Amino acid sequence: MAEQDEDRADALFHALADRTRRDIMRRVLGGEYSVSALAANYDMSFAAVQKHVAVLEKAGLLTKRRSGREQLASGDVEAVRSVACMLTELEQVWRGRIARIDELLTSDTDQEN
Amino acid sequence: MPVTDVQQDLDNLTLTITADFAAPVQRIWQIYADPRQLEKVWGPPTYPATVVDHDFTPGGRVTYFMTGPEGDKHAGYWQITTVDEPTSFSFDDGFADLEFNPIPGMPVSKNVFTFTEHDGGTRATYVSTYESAEALQQVLDMGVVEGATLSINQIDDLVAS
Repeated sequence: MAEQDEDRADALFHALADRTRRDIMRRVLGGEYSVSALAANYDMSFAAVQKHVAVLEKAGLLTKRRSGREQLASGDVEAVRSVACMLTELEQVWRGRIARIDELLTSDTDQEN
Repeated sequence: MPVTDVQQDLDNLTLTITADFAAPVQRIWQIYADPRQLEKVWGPPTYPATVVDHDFTPGGRVTYFMTGPEGDKHAGYWQITTVDEPTSFSFDDGFADLEFNPIPGMPVSKNVFTFTEHDGGTRATYVSTYESAEALQQVLDMGVVEGATLSINQIDDLVAS
């Protein structure tokens, strides 16, 4: 991989490795949100949400524009392929269930022995 | 990990997961046919599930709630559509209020579970389909997600695009 691609991969990994940032991405992929409207959804300061938005912007996952006193953020659908991301999150739920079935089956075997 | 394959169908909003278990088909079936076993596997440890009604027949309903760390309860139901013991069943999975009435406007996913004998164990196939991208988002917003992390493959795909 070229140096530039490596840098981009680092930025993406970092950006999407955080639950709040993934949640912000899901919202902004659905339409434009002001940073203050986004901040209202989370139990954290406006500045903290603004930092998360900045990380996503740096990774090229969302774009910001200014409208009067507000900063409006929208997701780059092409960049993130939202449906793929969402299905991947659901996949984690299913993997959890499957792992628990496996544990349950293992405890059967333990009882037999 | 018993998961052997995961397919995402982006156009049809369908997730297909294949897993191989080291137990006979009948044993895997029991997990779904027995509410006490089903509740052990359905909810994550942080949101354990309690199965209330368990009418595991076509047209029947299975109802459950999950209890969060702060005692918050989230209810859901399975509307069973087909049952072909012990190899497959299908159901609609939706959100309910605490009296188990479906919540209007909330997404419902269609699910088909299939179990076949494979190498002395069971190959399970889980197919889950959502109506729309919005429905998928709503499901995730409801906090169904446990410890969600993007898989490394997924990020590789993003980078390669």
